[in-house]
Amino acid sequence: MAKDQKRDSIVLTVNDATHEFEIGDHRYQVAACDTLAKTLRETLGLSGTKVGCNQGACGSCTVLLDGIPVLSCMTLTVECDGKQITTIEGLQDPATGRLDEIQQAFIDHTAFQCGFCTPGIIMASRALLDCNPSPTEADIKDALAGHFCRCISHYQVLEALQTITEKKKL
Amino acid sequence: MKFAKEYRFIGKATPRKDAVEIVTGKAKYIDDLELPRMLHGKVLRSPYPHALIKNINTTGAEKSRGVKAVLTYKNVPRWRTGTPRHARILDKKVRFVGDAVALVAAETAQMAREALDLIEVSYGRLPAVYDVEQAIESDAPQLYDEFPGNLIPLDVPVFGPRTLSAVVHGDVEQGFDASDFIAEGTGAYENIPNPLPLEPPGVIAEWSGPNSLTVWSASQSACWHRLFMPSRMGFPDIRTISTQCGGSFGSKNYSDQPMFYAAALARATDRPVKVCFSKEEQFGAFVLRLGSRFRGKIGIKKDGTVKAVQGEWLVDTGAFSGFAQAQVAVGLGELQLMLRCPNWDIKTKLICTNRNASGIVRGFGGQELESALIPILMHALEQGGIDPVEFFKKNYVKPGEGYTWRDGNQWVSRSKDYSEAFERGARAFGWDEKWKGWFKPTAVNSSKRIGVGVGVHGNADVGEDVSEAYVRLNPDATVNIHACVAEPGMGQRSSLCKMVAETLKLPLEQVNLTPPDSLINPFDFGLVGSRGTYAVGSAVISAAEDARQKLFEMAAPVLKAAPDELDSEDGMVFIKGKRDKGVPWRTVVGLMHTCTGFGRFEPDYCVPNFIAMFVEVEVDTETGKLDLLRVVTATDVGQIIDPPSLAGQLHGSIGSAGIDTAIFEESVLDRSSGQMLNLNMVDYKWRSFAELPRFDNEILETPIQTHRFKAVGIGEVSTSPGPSAVLMAASNAVGKPLSGYPLTPDKILKALGKIKKERKK
Repeated sequence: MAKDQKRDSIVLTVNDATHEFEIGDHRYQVAACDTLAKTLRETLGLSGTKVGCNQGACGSCTVLLDGIPVLSCMTLTVECDGKQITTIEGLQDPATGRLDEIQQAFIDHTAFQCGFCTPGIIMASRALLDCNPSPTEADIKDALAGHFCRCISHYQVLEALQTITEKKKL
Repeated sequence: MKFAKEYRFIGKATPRKDAVEIVTGKAKYIDDLELPRMLHGKVLRSPYPHALIKNINTTGAEKSRGVKAVLTYKNVPRWRTGTPRHARILDKKVRFVGDAVALVAAETAQMAREALDLIEVSYGRLPAVYDVEQAIESDAPQLYDEFPGNLIPLDVPVFGPRTLSAVVHGDVEQGFDASDFIAEGTGAYENIPNPLPLEPPGVIAEWSGPNSLTVWSASQSACWHRLFMPSRMGFPDIRTISTQCGGSFGSKNYSDQPMFYAAALARATDRPVKVCFSKEEQFGAFVLRLGSRFRGKIGIKKDGTVKAVQGEWLVDTGAFSGFAQAQVAVGLGELQLMLRCPNWDIKTKLICTNRNASGIVRGFGGQELESALIPILMHALEQGGIDPVEFFKKNYVKPGEGYTWRDGNQWVSRSKDYSEAFERGARAFGWDEKWKGWFKPTAVNSSKRIGVGVGVHGNADVGEDVSEAYVRLNPDATVNIHACVAEPGMGQRSSLCKMVAETLKLPLEQVNLTPPDSLINPFDFGLVGSRGTYAVGSAVISAAEDARQKLFEMAAPVLKAAPDELDSEDGMVFIKGKRDKGVPWRTVVGLMHTCTGFGRFEPDYCVPNFIAMFVEVEVDTETGKLDLLRVVTATDVGQIIDPPSLAGQLHGSIGSAGIDTAIFEESVLDRSSGQMLNLNMVDYKWRSFAELPRFDNEILETPIQTHRFKAVGIGEVSTSPGPSAVLMAASNAVGKPLSGYPLTPDKILKALGKIKKERKK
């Protein structure tokens, strides 16, 4: 552990691209106190990840860390050394540009209003469907219970996700 | 529905124009924007509810790393916001916990925050007041020298010289004499909930000359900073640009404080400055609902006719009045829409207190007034054993009937009779089976009791104020709509494209709207009061019709026909009925030309909209917990433009300080310290996916005389009937009238005698 603490750089793999950061206070470095949300948004310019509360309570900053949904406003970047991170920008098929099925379902069902909570909800939904391809309505509600949507897009989000799971059953 | 079939897009679900940007994270919200050389502004805030700044030392902060400017009341521009102008950008006096004391601009947000800690302030504390009735007592602490008695003037011409601040006509004494049942009392809706859009407010300001300011903001109404701010800040020429807006619900129509801070710091540094509030600032120093207390008397006949309404409405605006006079005016108008009555005597007082200011919130006065008054009305209806559905149906304004609207003028409704919508909603909800009489539960299952309630609301502002638009036809058969319309979530930018695509018979992909930028667009009042569909819609439709007329005039010689013999579809112009002999737009217009039409909408206050809301709740009499089980809304919108967008607006009644303000939403103000105790999203309660009620919408489409699509807007009003409907339902569930919003378990258990009432100090 002591050896680790002396390391002066970390490696993050974000949406399949590998980035090495020095630890430090300069603009393109990562400070020990930097949150993953800050690094993604300000250092890497991936502003699709939204920070709604910066208090770990609204779910809007959700990204996948080795496939697990985490609140990037409550995660220190230095904790993510060596890990795989997926953000909303990484869901499209990089080769074809084809949208992820969840993104497409959200478009088809207008499963958003202002859209600020949407990237976080989509990332949490992706994690849910990855580990449980046919969730029940209760599973979906449970998985998304930490996501604040003030416009109340909930009903259309449920509709969109249920369409995906029903398609798979056919 | 017969109309929808004739349309390509109107009434059909179409993907939102910005859908791909939103689901891929490419949509740019205010905090996603970076300008070259941009600085970050942060605000030092008062720890005291009422104090004079005795001394302030900024030397340490000025020397702190990265700091470019520190402003206090001593060196800040003398701009003032509020209505009338009274709230200084920074003052020698602070009036609530969280009031701005100093501003810092630095190279990074972190550096600006660090510098705040180095500002030394000594305060001379003053006594504070938080209750409207205490605030108007003779010995109460005074917030402003210019407002003795803490009374903010109501005679401010926000809607012209006769702006409504009271409803007085007929003879209330005679009305009460003629009444069979009279209820009297005080109702209050004072939990000052937060509209709480997920994205906190934010502004970037940059001066391009001494009198020329550009403002980027997360705004609901893209022209508002240009419309309302110049008179507050020495008349600079303001160009406003709205970014994608992460929710507003009224609160981000304008963001006057962040804008003042950013503009002042940008002026001091000659660099662009971004000021984005934190969540804590959004909770504690941005926009709350008005506090509302109504003390009065209502008289009705056995048949449910209202004979007299009398009382005093005490409106608490907090530390300053943002736009409260306008909310008072609209609220008083809306009450008349829901209660037909010949005799009125309602007077209003607008009072300032030592808490964060109230501002614009969806519901805009009417929700506040009705939520306070309806508990009193319930007592009158109970005395008469009158079914509230029958009562509200009978008393909602009918076509041909008049009301005094916000401008103090008389207007006559040419909307429809909404009784059918009301009945459809009642049937869908099963009201007749569930309603068991006043203060009687629908069902009892050991400690759990079910109750039902209903509320109605309407607004005649769907045709408020002015909208202008250009529609430009390009030779390649694409169309640009120039309208200054933001996208805070209603999908209105897409709906306007649908209206124009439908009018011009073009594929929707070929019709787009310019960015919401006041420099490139004519004037639009914005997306307020459900005006997008009718007011903005009318402007873009008439601009499209004007452009098409010009196109036909250009095409007439080519096709050797009169303009009125021509038609256009899919970018071809042809003689009606001879589509195969048409010519493309590019031949008519020419590759180096465009063809532009103009449209303007002038105000029309004669088409009140309507929503009824039925709710079913379950109250656990052991724990006091109140659960919302079912919501049915009922409305008639004339013609649906976009079904999912409309559904979203109606579902939105739960959030944005709507229904849930009767159940758990409140800003908790500690009246000994003036501190708000729940300035975060854990302690401020909100409804999660796991607690959704069953929600259905009954939407009628009876054509209404507005524009070519016969539609009327509805979005803004959906929150308003919710709180009083829940109060009614919970009262029926537990078998006695409840009071006080929100109905948290402690209030319910106290009402049931299961826990002791607090002793008053």
